[in-house]
Amino acid sequence: MTRKHVNRIIAVATPILLLAAWELAARTNAIDTRFFSSPSAIFEEFFSMARSGALWTHTEASLVRVLVGFAIGTIVGVVLGLAIGLFPTAAAIFEPLVNATFPIPKVGLLPLVIILFGLGEASKYAIIAIAVVYLVLINTVSGVRTIDRIYLDVGRNYHAGKLMMFTDVALPGALPMIMAGMKISMGVSLIIIVTAESLAAKSGIGYLIWTSWQVFEVEKMYVGLFVSAILGFGLALLLDWTERLLVPWKRR
Amino acid sequence: MGSATESKYHEGVTLPAPKLRLANLTRRFILRRRPVDALAGVSLDVASGEFLAIVGPSGCGKTTLLRIVAGLETATGGEIEIRREPGSTRPLNAMVFQQESVFPWMSVRDNAAFGLKARHIPRRERYALVQPILETAGLKGFEDALPYQLSGGMKQRVALARAFANDPEILLMDEPFAALDEQTKLILQAELLRIWEASGKTVLYVTHSIDEAITLADRILVMSARPGRVKDLIDVASIFPRPRDVAAVKSSPRYGELFGRIWGQLRDEVLAAAQEHDAA
Repeated sequence: MTRKHVNRIIAVATPILLLAAWELAARTNAIDTRFFSSPSAIFEEFFSMARSGALWTHTEASLVRVLVGFAIGTIVGVVLGLAIGLFPTAAAIFEPLVNATFPIPKVGLLPLVIILFGLGEASKYAIIAIAVVYLVLINTVSGVRTIDRIYLDVGRNYHAGKLMMFTDVALPGALPMIMAGMKISMGVSLIIIVTAESLAAKSGIGYLIWTSWQVFEVEKMYVGLFVSAILGFGLALLLDWTERLLVPWKRR
Repeated sequence: MGSATESKYHEGVTLPAPKLRLANLTRRFILRRRPVDALAGVSLDVASGEFLAIVGPSGCGKTTLLRIVAGLETATGGEIEIRREPGSTRPLNAMVFQQESVFPWMSVRDNAAFGLKARHIPRRERYALVQPILETAGLKGFEDALPYQLSGGMKQRVALARAFANDPEILLMDEPFAALDEQTKLILQAELLRIWEASGKTVLYVTHSIDEAITLADRILVMSARPGRVKDLIDVASIFPRPRDVAAVKSSPRYGELFGRIWGQLRDEVLAAAQEHDAA
């Protein structure tokens, strides 16, 4: 057996052993099952919630909020980022504002967002879109600014018009950086939505986690945590796949 | 540019002969608040269909000269005239760069058709125009490939196809094969000669290789060390007539003679440039 094989076995065995240790600790009452439950009880709850449809209701609510907010934020971020990267006037208008407001924790804006957009879905889309805009915008700007000069020279030498410089040179040239920004903001979106749902929502994974904790249904809380992990993993895969489709020239 | 004589770029003036005329072209940079002359009055006539190689010590301004003709930089003084056939709508120039310049996000076909797209030629038409050029450039079967799937030599073929496809009045080449390995370079030199002889294009070809200049060019412009001036103009076409066989040229005794003459002129300039570099 090679070193590589051994490492693979260790990688698979470690989480299984940890789960087994957790189960054992729960059954021997070494841990307080009121707070920490046990893997078997959590999986039982998971399947029962999946059968009743409650699990999907919460998952769907969070998923739609993340996807809508993410899409709005990405589109606005890319368009503004390209404009700032290409046109000095746009940079003069937007860049100081962006840099000054970027450090504000976006969850802190939730009260304002609720005042502006109400308690419904719109405020959830908005808070995610705000967080995504910053990350995608900053990456797009640096993507445009770091495009190899030679490509701009070729565009000028062949007299490509403004629109063609935009669509055929600047956008594809910045795309690898844009994708990197999208990946980071997807992770951030999930953090934001779980937080926002805990504070101000009547559905969603964040709501599930927080209310289950408040009524002491810890199994449900752990199911919520488990689902949010799966959600994050699935959305990251979706973005990797999108990247392979949009940026096939990027060497892996 | 803060100079008394603004440069003039006459786009497509109709004149008898030559294809390209440079008159007293100058270029001055400001480097650390001190003026540095890159070009100090370069005058030159290039005939239609001529292949002119420009050699000179590094830093002599040969790339600057080419970029000025390409419209990527402006001259500080002097004039550039590119003669255009009456009624011609062909672009004035197309440049082949030394670095990798094919767009990584475009297929070989779209890269080659880039100039045609910039001129608003519909997709179907530009693909049809580009196809025979891709085949001549040895890219048949690679039309839909992306550049990362190609070798360095193949990418440079795409850059050549892009320039030829644009059908410019003048082709500008800035050491297009300098980054390639020796064998690939030899093959591409021979292919460039073949394509160029069939096209009848006027070519300005910057190189640091004396060998490449003799092999490819009708005339060789030897430039002085900075500030760049015309040191010599050597007629190669009368020694090695067309069509030319690359291997036969290199094995001819006249080749060694010519090489010696050019190297003799360049050596002094290279040494002068090195001394200035050490002093700086």
